[in-house]
Amino acid sequence: MELIMVVAVGILFTIGVYLILSKSLLRIVLGTSLLTHGVHLLLLTMAGLKTGAAPVLGGKAETYVDPLPQALILTSIVISFGVTAFFFVLAYRSYQTLGTDEIDSVKGEER
Amino acid sequence: MSNLLALPILIPLCTAVILIFMKERVLLQRFISTVSAILNIMIALVLIYRIHSGGIQTLQMGGWAPPYGIVFVGDMFAALLVLTASVVSLGILIYSFRSIDAERERFYYYTFFHFLLVGVYGSFLTGDMFNLFVFFEVMLISSYALISLGGTKLQLRETSKYLLINIVSSTLFVAAVAYLYAAVGTLNMAHLSQRVAEAGQGGVLNVIAVLFLIVFSLKAGLFLFFWLPGSYSAPPSAIRALFGALLTKVGLYAIIRTFTLIFVNDPGLTHTWVAWMAAATMILGGLGAVAYNDIPRIFNYNVIISVGFVAFGLAAATPDALNGAVFYLLHDILAKGLMFVLGGIIITAAGTDQLKDMGGLIKRYPLIGWMFFTLALALVGIPPLSGFAGKVLITRGGLDAGMLTLSLIGLGSSFLVLYSLIKVFRLAFWGNEPEGNLPKIKLKSVSTVAAGLLVLVILMGIGADWVYSYVAQAGDVLAHPTLYIEAVIKE
Repeated sequence: MELIMVVAVGILFTIGVYLILSKSLLRIVLGTSLLTHGVHLLLLTMAGLKTGAAPVLGGKAETYVDPLPQALILTSIVISFGVTAFFFVLAYRSYQTLGTDEIDSVKGEER
Repeated sequence: MSNLLALPILIPLCTAVILIFMKERVLLQRFISTVSAILNIMIALVLIYRIHSGGIQTLQMGGWAPPYGIVFVGDMFAALLVLTASVVSLGILIYSFRSIDAERERFYYYTFFHFLLVGVYGSFLTGDMFNLFVFFEVMLISSYALISLGGTKLQLRETSKYLLINIVSSTLFVAAVAYLYAAVGTLNMAHLSQRVAEAGQGGVLNVIAVLFLIVFSLKAGLFLFFWLPGSYSAPPSAIRALFGALLTKVGLYAIIRTFTLIFVNDPGLTHTWVAWMAAATMILGGLGAVAYNDIPRIFNYNVIISVGFVAFGLAAATPDALNGAVFYLLHDILAKGLMFVLGGIIITAAGTDQLKDMGGLIKRYPLIGWMFFTLALALVGIPPLSGFAGKVLITRGGLDAGMLTLSLIGLGSSFLVLYSLIKVFRLAFWGNEPEGNLPKIKLKSVSTVAAGLLVLVILMGIGADWVYSYVAQAGDVLAHPTLYIEAVIKE
């Protein structure tokens, strides 16, 4: 199971990096969110995918899955949510002000 | 009361939250910000006094013993950095009163300022790897807001680059934390150090160590600094001063902490990487500092050079070099803050940031001119000033460790620092004033700030012996990680 997940994470990273290297700012934002998806899955996978009950006491289960990585992922998700929202608005503002969403065409020294 | 350790984080946090509610009342915002900054300096002084007399302070959040809860650790290194950062931030805060325009001030400038400080102090004081990530994000998100605040074309363009680089490096940080958790099963730094030593720092852990090095280097501008000169040129000079003085230093602190506490068992690999990256940083930063003719870029490349120099101290890893790295880091936070403040004053006074359009400022602003000159000497490391002691210690440590090439590069980079800053001094202050109407500016409050910081730079050089007694205690913990581990994990 871990192997499949790791391959999936690898694919997410590949697509994310490919999108980040493209020209359009919107594709770059999508690339970063794919990267964060990848890394959250990685966090879940690396902690082990052994079967067990959901980490809620009262289920009277023999074993539980590791609760720590779930807390880490939850934290990381909201952080990347905030950052992605900011990035989208920034891309929108850039489109309004600079009149383009191509990262290549916004060079130059004009202020 | 051991909650003292949380106060450097809580005070700016509460201040930032309070400031949200008084958007239009700028004067009140300034007053509260100043009071909070002064309070933080006093807290940091008390903290240092306690650590000096009573050893490393720890605070277990919620009373959960490490490694199960989050622990805050105040050793001398972290406390000295908190003190220096709070002194510099007070200076930059007062400088912002004059230099930041009213529109920016109204749109939560001081709130973001204090949230940034929360992130910085938190990163210095935390003892947990994932908590470090969170404080990094607190710091970075505030810096995104500050760098784009105002929304000029240049700022928008540079913010997207800065944002992208930091999202990628934060993603890598989480990936590195995931690998580390899989490899050793803990996230508390002291416990990590024990577990890594037990597991023997072999193949996998070395890969993770290098991944952490890449992550922190992206933040600190150690070799992976390609984003820095452009991004730091975009915002107004007060924000630039804040970034140049604090942000890269937090990354550098994380590198030093990681490679003196956790990944210490295979220095042949990790410290060699740091050494080569330091060498490349000093060379490339030096070339950049010499190449450009506008003040922001010259200063930004100077920030990069000093990052390389401190990393060289870490790579040498003798007790001398570690003490030197601590000393130089403290000096550098102060001096770089002052450098950007003076740079901002020069740019306002000349009405441009291009050196070729400047000249003759010494006639109108002699005080600023000679302050800048003294600062340039301090940054190069001329003996009575603050940069000297750190440079001597790091270079001596480097020579003791047999790193002749690196020591020579370090000394050579000092010449490039001298050349680039004296170029600024010569072109901006000497020569004839350019034709045309020059802006009249009031300098009283800003030059008081600059003078205050300069006095500290000079005192730190003259009283190097006295400062050293504290720095040595900080370097001691870096050289002997067991001191840190024993303070955190009490059997």
